[in-house]
Amino acid sequence: MPPTGDTAWVLTSAALVLLMTPGLALFYGGMVRSKTVLNMMMMSFGAMGLIGVLWVLYGYSIAFGNDVGGGLLGDPFEYLGLKGLMTSAEDALPNSAFVGFQAVFAIITVALISGAIADRAKFGSWMLFAGIWATIVYFPVAHWVFAFDNDDAGVVGGWIANDLAALDFAGGTAVHINAGAAGLALALVLGKRKGWPKERMRPHNLPLVMLGAGLLWFGWFGFNAGSALGANNLAAVAWINTLAATSAAICGWLLTEKIRDGHATSLGAASGVVAGLVAITPACAVLSPVGSLILGFVAGGACALAVGLKYRFGYDDSLDVVGVHLVGGLIGTIAIGFLATDTAPGFEGGESLFFGGSVDQLGKQVVGAVAVLAFSFVVTYIIGLAIEKTVGFRVSEEDEAAGVDITTHAESAYDIAGSIGGGGSSGLAKQSTPQHERV
Amino acid sequence: MKLVTAILKPFKLDDVKSALETFGVHGLTVSEANGYGRQKGHTEVYRGAEYTVDLVPKVRIEVLVDDADADDVVEVIVKSAQTGRIGDGKVWVVPVDAVVRVRTGERGAEAL
Repeated sequence: MPPTGDTAWVLTSAALVLLMTPGLALFYGGMVRSKTVLNMMMMSFGAMGLIGVLWVLYGYSIAFGNDVGGGLLGDPFEYLGLKGLMTSAEDALPNSAFVGFQAVFAIITVALISGAIADRAKFGSWMLFAGIWATIVYFPVAHWVFAFDNDDAGVVGGWIANDLAALDFAGGTAVHINAGAAGLALALVLGKRKGWPKERMRPHNLPLVMLGAGLLWFGWFGFNAGSALGANNLAAVAWINTLAATSAAICGWLLTEKIRDGHATSLGAASGVVAGLVAITPACAVLSPVGSLILGFVAGGACALAVGLKYRFGYDDSLDVVGVHLVGGLIGTIAIGFLATDTAPGFEGGESLFFGGSVDQLGKQVVGAVAVLAFSFVVTYIIGLAIEKTVGFRVSEEDEAAGVDITTHAESAYDIAGSIGGGGSSGLAKQSTPQHERV
Repeated sequence: MKLVTAILKPFKLDDVKSALETFGVHGLTVSEANGYGRQKGHTEVYRGAEYTVDLVPKVRIEVLVDDADADDVVEVIVKSAQTGRIGDGKVWVVPVDAVVRVRTGERGAEAL
C-alpha cells in the first residue's frame, strides 16, 4: 500500500518551503530602501523561475544521481529532465514528491544570497550568476550533504553524508553556510554600496520585514519537519525543536539588543526568528527540546552580535546574510557536536561532547562545515569575479543613485507622487499614452 | 490682515484645533512638516546600527486673521499647544497684503 500520509506531508512541506521564498522576498524587500524594494524581491522571484527550471533539467540529477567519483558529484545524465522518475515503487514515497521537496531547497538557497548584494547588482547578471552558482556550487554540495548511500538499490551518495557522516538534517551546511559564504564572496566582489557605511540606509518598511519573517517561520516547519520525509515521530520532534529554538532565538536577540542598545527592536525580533531557524535547521532531529532552547538562545545572541562584524571589517553585506546565515549555520552545525542526544529520534552519529563526552562527532561537524564554507566561498568568488570582468555585475553609479527599481525594471514600488492631487500622472511620474490608444 | 503660522507637536493638533474653534476661527490649513529646533533630532537603531534622524515630525497650522485678533489667536495656540517640554514648537505672525475668496471674489476681511 502506498504511504499516502507520508506523501501528503512531504508534498505539503514542499509547498510550505516554496512559500519561504516569497516570504524571503518580503523580509529582504522591507529592509532595503523604497527605491530598490522591487529589485530585491525580483532576485528571489528570479531564483524561483530559473532554479525551478534547472532543477528539472539537470539539477536533481547532479544532486541525487548516482555518484560519479569521490562522493563529489551525482551523474548529471542519470535523471536528465527527471527521466524515469515519474513512476515509483508501490510501497515507497513517490520519487516526484522527493524531487519537488528538494527543488524548493535549491530555490531558497540561491535566493538567500541576494541579500548580500542589495541595491547594486544588475538583474541580468544576478540571473546569470544564479544559474552558474546553482550548477557548480549548490547541486554538487546538495549531493555531498543530502545524497545517502542505498546499498540495496546500488546507490552511492555524497561524501559528507556517508564517508564523513557529519549530521545535517535539513541543510545547515548545504543551505545556510553555503549561501552565507557565497553572500560574503559576492559582497566582496561587488564592493560597498555608494555611501555605505557613512549613510546607513535604514529599512523602508519594517511591517514587510515582520510579515516576511512570519512567512519564513511558517514555511520553515516544512523545511525541517518535512525533512523527515514522512508523517511520523521524527517530523514531530523536528517541528517542536523548530518552535523551541526559534522562540528562544527571539529572546536571545532582543535581550542582546536591550543590553547593548537600550531598545528591543522589531527588526531584531524578525532577525531573531531567522537566526533561530537557521541554527536549528541542521540540528532539529538530534537535539532535545531543551537543547533546542539553548541552541536558539545562543544563536539569537551571537547573530545579533555578528551582524556588527561588517562595520568592523568593512564589507557591505547589505542585509546580513553572513551575520545571520553563515554564523547561524555554523553555530547550528557545530552545536550538534556538543548537544546531540541519543534520546532524539534522528540521532545516528557518534556521541556528542555534552551527552557522551566524545569529540568525535564534533570534529566531523567542523570538517563538514569548513569544507562547504571554503568551497562555496572560493568558487563563488571566482564566478562573481568572472561575471564582473565580462558582462559586469554592478550597476552604474548613476543607476545606483536613482535606484535599481526604475533603472532596471522600469517600475517603482510606491506611487507617492500620485497620492497628491489624486492623479497618477501628476508630479514626478509623467505618464505616456500607450501606443495602442494613440491610434 | 495677518497670517499666523504655528509649527507644533503633531499630538497637540486636536487641542489647538478645538481651542481655535472655540475662539471663533472659521478656517485653518494644516500640513505635515519636518524639522528641528534646539532639541535636534532623535536616534533610531537597526540591527545595532545607530541612525541619527535630524528631522522631527511636526504639524504646520496656518490661520488668516484680522489684525485685531492676531495676538489673541497666537495666545490661544500657545496655550493649547504647550506641554512645557522641549520641542513644543514656534508661532509667528506675518502681515498679509491681500486675501481673496476664490468662490465669490470677495476681498479683505470679507474673505476670511
